[in-house]
Amino acid sequence: MEILFSDFFQRALAGGLLIGITAPLIGVFLVLRRLSMIGDTLAHVTIAGVALGFLTGFYPLGAGLIFAVVASFAIEKLRKAYKSYAELSIAIIMSGGVALASLFFTLGKGYNADVMSYLFGSIYTLDNTDLVVVGIVTIAVVVVVTMFFKEFFLLSFEEDAASVSGLPVKLLNMLITILTALVISTAIKIVGSLLVSALLTIPVAISLLLSRSFKSSVILSVIISEIAVVGGLVVAGVWNLAPGATIVLLLISLLVLTLIGKKGLPA
Amino acid sequence: MQSVSLDCHQHIIDIQDLSFSYGEQKVISNLNYSVRERDFLGIIGSNGAGKTTLMKMIVGLLPASSGEIKLFGTPVRKFKDWERIGYVPQKNAFNPLFPATVREVVLSGLYNNKNLIRRVSKAQHRQCEDALEVMRIQDIAEKRVGQLSGGQQQRVFLARALINHPDLLILDEPTVGIDAESQAGFFDLITHMHAHHHMTFLMVSHDIDMIKNYLGNEPVQTNGKINFFSRHSHDLQNCTEENLQHTLS
Repeated sequence: MEILFSDFFQRALAGGLLIGITAPLIGVFLVLRRLSMIGDTLAHVTIAGVALGFLTGFYPLGAGLIFAVVASFAIEKLRKAYKSYAELSIAIIMSGGVALASLFFTLGKGYNADVMSYLFGSIYTLDNTDLVVVGIVTIAVVVVVTMFFKEFFLLSFEEDAASVSGLPVKLLNMLITILTALVISTAIKIVGSLLVSALLTIPVAISLLLSRSFKSSVILSVIISEIAVVGGLVVAGVWNLAPGATIVLLLISLLVLTLIGKKGLPA
Repeated sequence: MQSVSLDCHQHIIDIQDLSFSYGEQKVISNLNYSVRERDFLGIIGSNGAGKTTLMKMIVGLLPASSGEIKLFGTPVRKFKDWERIGYVPQKNAFNPLFPATVREVVLSGLYNNKNLIRRVSKAQHRQCEDALEVMRIQDIAEKRVGQLSGGQQQRVFLARALINHPDLLILDEPTVGIDAESQAGFFDLITHMHAHHHMTFLMVSHDIDMIKNYLGNEPVQTNGKINFFSRHSHDLQNCTEENLQHTLS
């Protein structure tokens, strides 16, 4: 139990709580716009950036963040080029990210163990710099989402209506994509790139089953995410389990329980 | 006297030499048409005729291959007064699982380029209550939109479109996917609004029978596979003295 009071666990808890806010806050817009796969794509690209960071001695999370933002712009460009086949953009960028990551892995064999921590998450290795980066990203996400909440709502509900209302649809789309890149690149240290989309989507999936309004589904998805992060970290800390995987499995358990509970409720 | 009454109404939409092609296939060819204040224009055609393409060009969602469209005298690409336009989408334009209440959807009619970032004011909340009341949907204000019947959903979207008291109401296949009784009720509602309110209507539909009774049997113009049916609800007494003087001069 003393692990719960150690410095590294406290840092992990702080980082987890921050990501627990930002991931569902952005995830709700991705899920409702049927763009959940963007999370996976940007996570793979981030790994390529992280690998390059280790190779060149640049701050890995920073390199991953830059890669994710550049990839988010590339996805938007490709989505315009292949309007009728928008999912092509996701497939192209994802395979490009994996290819680059493999290339950097093979170029720098000595650091593969460090890169692995980004693939599967390594929340206990969060240092103060990581916490500051996660904190800045959290502030940016909360401020932008609060400012444009009603515009993001209309954009997600019905993009044509947002255009006919004169809203700057391109700018709003770009904002969501950049915020997604920022959230994913910071979240991979916590749950790993292979599990990051779980943190973006599962809290939202649960809240969609329970909420009637948009506002309540956003709030509920953040609450669910925080319960899973705190619960997962404590369980993982006490029983010496992988924290990222425990958080994700806890989320899936909550989803299954909600589905069972929902089935038992009168329609 | 008749010609004076026609001219004293402002041009709401001006379509000049408009053409549009999908690759080699020309969908709209050199179209010229003007919609005046208090007109009800029905753009009718079968699936794939290009009516939705035309509607998208009118609201600036799609650029024309050539020609120009003006909204309230301003080229659509420079048009900023979007609050003057109400928009009712097709029933299937939104995800039915989307977690949004009737009140949230109606209120979203106020979200436009003029109040970007600003919080919704108390006056705007009152506007929302008024729109709910006019459409008689205040009892279902807290229900999820996806759970409503097709007819109720269209009332919600109509309330959203009317919340700003628009000058032009655009309806994109508003009765697709709803039952015959609700279709008739919805159409009665909008024709009543056209007859009694100072508003211009543009409705895209593939269902000619539904609007023939109101807009007449013969199209006023045809372009490719698209037919234009129109009815004016103008009345000289509604023109201001200033408009009349301007027209007469």
